[in-house]
Amino acid sequence: MNIGKTVATQTWQEMTHGSHVFTPGNAQEFQTGDWRSHKPVWVEDKCKQCMLCVLVCPDSSIPVNAKGQIEGFDYDYCKGCLVCKAVCPFKAIESEDA
Amino acid sequence: MAIRDKLSGNEAVSIAMKQINPDVVAAYPITPSTEVPQYFSTYAADGLVDTEFVAVESEHSAMSACIGAQAAGGRSMTATSAQGLALMWEMLYIASSYRLPITMAVINRALSGPINIHCDHSDSMGARDSGWIQIYSENNQEAYDNFLQAVRIGEHPDIMLPVMDCFDGFITSHKVENIELLEDDVVKKFVGKYNPPYHLMDKKNPMSMGPLSLPMYYFEAKRQQAEVMKNTTKVILEVAAEFEKLTGRKYGLFEEYKMDDAEVAIVIINSTAGTAKEVVDKLRSQGVKAGLVKIRVFRPFPVEEIAKALSKCKAVAVMDRADSLNGAGGPLFTDVTSAMYGRADGVKMINYIYGLGGRDVKVDDIEVVYNELQSIVKTGKVKEVYNYLGVREGK
Repeated sequence: MNIGKTVATQTWQEMTHGSHVFTPGNAQEFQTGDWRSHKPVWVEDKCKQCMLCVLVCPDSSIPVNAKGQIEGFDYDYCKGCLVCKAVCPFKAIESEDA
Repeated sequence: MAIRDKLSGNEAVSIAMKQINPDVVAAYPITPSTEVPQYFSTYAADGLVDTEFVAVESEHSAMSACIGAQAAGGRSMTATSAQGLALMWEMLYIASSYRLPITMAVINRALSGPINIHCDHSDSMGARDSGWIQIYSENNQEAYDNFLQAVRIGEHPDIMLPVMDCFDGFITSHKVENIELLEDDVVKKFVGKYNPPYHLMDKKNPMSMGPLSLPMYYFEAKRQQAEVMKNTTKVILEVAAEFEKLTGRKYGLFEEYKMDDAEVAIVIINSTAGTAKEVVDKLRSQGVKAGLVKIRVFRPFPVEEIAKALSKCKAVAVMDRADSLNGAGGPLFTDVTSAMYGRADGVKMINYIYGLGGRDVKVDDIEVVYNELQSIVKTGKVKEVYNYLGVREGK
């Protein structure tokens, strides 16, 4: 069952007995991004790739690419806590209403 | 050959547990159910069972331990009464919603307050919406027989629900009666091995139980539980038919005593049915068409069947050994009248609350009820729907 769908489509007949979960490692399916009420926005010009935001993100939602650089947020899981914005020494993270 | 013995209800149930030899029994003592785990703990100490006996620190823990054991793929059992059942409350709902077929003897005792250790049904009646199957037993033989059947019913692959075997505190739990036990091997064969389709210790098929189920799933989960409960009736009757082949003892959803042509009848649960049958016999000898319906399966409630059984009566008294304190009637009364609505309209229905906190109910008391029913038939008038039997009334 896809426990991440906010608009569930499964009927009661289709659900597992007792809501048991038979697919391990499924936390990834639970996309918590829709809990967000603020959205961080990456300002590429100001970013010095210091990686402070990556370290503080509680949801591992600032991925680092193969070149060792960030290029924005993973909005599927970012809950919008804006800790990244608070720690950024270069004002390279702004925010808007989600 | 069956074994003839004389045992108390608690002894009989503890022997049933011994014969089944479950994986885990977790229990905390509370009068009048204490003897069940007490006897069982001696079987465990003497090596007569392989069971892990867990002497927990509360009934909440007893039910939690049973849930854990059952979720891990084991067969678990317990027993309790009154406050003990009340303390298990939140875990009862967990057991049923996880679809864990735990078997529990509930030895009916009044819920405090005022504090009281004697029989009434306020404990298990309060748990009637917890999603457990509830089976009630009039005497020691039924308590034993129903316990064995409870395991089969609950563990049926289409059901997978916990079951309570309820019987009257002291009256049934401590009174010694003649009883017919099955041999150990016959019980083991009847009950069979517990083979859950899934469990938490299955390394090859990892799974989780009890996920967070927010507004998008909770409703469907409860709807599913409701459907399973409805389907339970069929399985209960199948298991009863198999049990009858084995023992000759017939069980249904309820017992109909002299109901074929009955004009006046009472609906009752547990040991007082025995007293009431005595009154039915006496009235029949006087030419009164009296009958009795004794509820065996209260959850699921046999709505269609009860309405059919009572449809030809002129007046019916529903006897509740628990009061709902709701200004409307006891729990059995409100269920029976709901069952009648639209299916058997026109039958005059009254309610008596009786025997609270272990108040004795005698033949004379039951006669009062049948006299009232006869008077309703004669006059066509119901004086009072919601009545109390055997309480001291001021003028």
